[in-house]
Amino acid sequence: MYRYDEFDHQFVSERTAQFRDQANRRMSGELTEDEFRPLRLMNGLYLQLHAYMLRVAIPYGTLSGKQMRQLAYIADKYDRGYGHFTTRQNIQYNWIKLEETADILQALADVEMHAIQTSGNCIRNVTTDHWAGAAADELLDPRPIGELIRQWSSLHPEFSFLPRKFKFAITGAPHDRAAVKVHDIGLRAHKNDKGETGWEVMVGGGQGRTPMIAVTVREFLPEKEVIPYMEAIMRVYNLFGRRDNKYKARIKILMHELGAEKFKAEVEAEYARHPVQTTEVEQRELTRIEKYFAQPSFEKMSRFAPHFENAKRENVDFTRWAKNNLATHQVDGYTIVNISLKPEGGIPGDASGEQMRVMATLAERYSFDEMRVSHAQNIVLPHVKLEDTFAIWQVLKANDLAAANYGLIGDIIACPGLDYCALATARSIPIAQAISRKFADVKKQEEYGPVKLNISGCINACGHHHVGHIGILGLDKKGEEFYQITLGGSSSENASIGTILGPGFAAHEVPDAIETILNTYVKLREPGEEFLGAYRRLGPKPFKEALYATA
Amino acid sequence: MSTVEKGQVMTANRLRDGDAVFLTRAGIWSEKIDDAALVQEPQATAALEARAADAVITNHITGQYLIDAERIDGKIRAALTRERIRTLGPSVRTDLGKQATGTAGAFAAVEG
Ligand code: HEM
Ligand code: SF4
Repeated sequence: MYRYDEFDHQFVSERTAQFRDQANRRMSGELTEDEFRPLRLMNGLYLQLHAYMLRVAIPYGTLSGKQMRQLAYIADKYDRGYGHFTTRQNIQYNWIKLEETADILQALADVEMHAIQTSGNCIRNVTTDHWAGAAADELLDPRPIGELIRQWSSLHPEFSFLPRKFKFAITGAPHDRAAVKVHDIGLRAHKNDKGETGWEVMVGGGQGRTPMIAVTVREFLPEKEVIPYMEAIMRVYNLFGRRDNKYKARIKILMHELGAEKFKAEVEAEYARHPVQTTEVEQRELTRIEKYFAQPSFEKMSRFAPHFENAKRENVDFTRWAKNNLATHQVDGYTIVNISLKPEGGIPGDASGEQMRVMATLAERYSFDEMRVSHAQNIVLPHVKLEDTFAIWQVLKANDLAAANYGLIGDIIACPGLDYCALATARSIPIAQAISRKFADVKKQEEYGPVKLNISGCINACGHHHVGHIGILGLDKKGEEFYQITLGGSSSENASIGTILGPGFAAHEVPDAIETILNTYVKLREPGEEFLGAYRRLGPKPFKEALYATA
Repeated sequence: MSTVEKGQVMTANRLRDGDAVFLTRAGIWSEKIDDAALVQEPQATAALEARAADAVITNHITGQYLIDAERIDGKIRAALTRERIRTLGPSVRTDLGKQATGTAGAFAAVEG
């Protein structure tokens, strides 16, 4: 399994010792808050409403059983017995004390983890499909090229002082689960007629207060040209990107201000100025990195799994879960298990220490000791034998982890909102809970089909509301929380930003409004048409009419 | 008839654990908003600000600011939902925070 090798053990331990010293000097007064704040943020420590919050990095969302157990230990010993898995594929603890933070960082370092945020205006962590190396529709594993880009960029002096932070997302599958079109640069794998691999290069996407969809600047970039071409893009950004205004400094704004054609022309001109001389080093490095991501040793098995089929015949609840929460694996006899962290009425993404240990044990026993955190705040067991799924489901069920709502209306993304977050304008979790309760019946959820409902507690959009099929943004109107609803957003291969439907709703009105939207869809859909497709065909009008008819 | 007195309260986060704290008349930082000094006069506000600045220097608190509040029958109600949540803990985990440790404020995050 992949291990982060940028930060070797010694480096992380040194950083921890350094932080211990800095925190002590802060508490004794040698360092002022202004001096200390950047240091604590660099170590993933934020001040929130009730306590400090620690954000722990999980590269490529990948965790071993041992690492998950350590996260559970930290939750139990230093927090209040739980953690929050986020849309950034990391985990946050909500009740951290400054005086204990260095001990926590050491506990993380003991399992080769850290909370170091590669902060600042540099190239940030590269994210990929949470089913990487497992999904049946994958053309190739996106992680090696992601790792190559990360290693190249973190050593590159020219790109340490960009106008603003910069994020890559990469998918090796035609169905995009990595939201590549809402990142600064997105890459998607394609194969040409000759069977060669190339990457589609998309630039200028993003969320936050100015959401934008990335523009394709190259349809098919041969793999060996990826690094030099990225260099050309970064040079153009470095040269033209605005540094005068933090809100206008992202590459999405440059793309918008220059226009896509001009931007492409600039990149191509820059690329032509530095013809590719040799890419041998990159090729050799890529081959080395690929070994890290080598597939586990799968057994040769039949596609037919008799125990699995029997269990389905005998247990309707299991059948429902299997239908919604399992995804097709590349290898016959194996499957991808998606553990929903969205029980009815629960807090999206929260898991108790005990639940973390349960998942760790399942991963060790049934999934080559590997888990992934998905950006939809769920946990994935990527490589499981179909024959083992019934046993896994029984354990999950006993631990309130068997919600059968993966990809359905109950599988809500929500940021912490005003219950925890110092920047929030409204709460998001109670809205998620009320909707989850309203649509508690999974049969009902299945009738609505795949729907992504995303909630943010302010315009920073940590809850990805812009790209939810249904998006909810919590705002403040004269001291009252109210909620703006958008429809038609998507972060997949057909990415789009949602459209605001009309005036906002009070918190207690939101679940009914969502039901009205869904029922309007059911009434107007064509056979087999999913929510997003129907919305795109119909436009906002019928939904607006249904929602505001009585107003 | 209930008595209502409007004013401002000085709040901050305690440096070593981040807990929300409120400045009292005695100059102590209490975890409980009901202990806080509620002031109206510019001079009194300035005094709270000076105390808070001292507490920053002695490394007791960080991120201090004044909030609007009112005292109703002896209990202090912060004007903003955000601040009422700070006096209680997360509204979605009533088993945690001040509301679970006997230091809660007396008013719900959202009333009505
Ligand atoms: C609770 C403390 C948090 C704070 C203070 C915070 C703050 C912010 C801010 C200020 C931004 C905007 C940055 C910019 O556009 O330059 C941002 C973006 C983002 N946050 Fe958070 N956040 C928090 C929690 C979370 C959580 C829990 C998640 C995941 C569920 C998350 C996911 C994201 C993502 C994905 C973005 C990027 C959106 C984009 O593409 O622009 N954040 N956050
Ligand atoms: S979207 Fe706003 S409220 Fe939600 S976590 Fe991000 S900053 Fe906080």
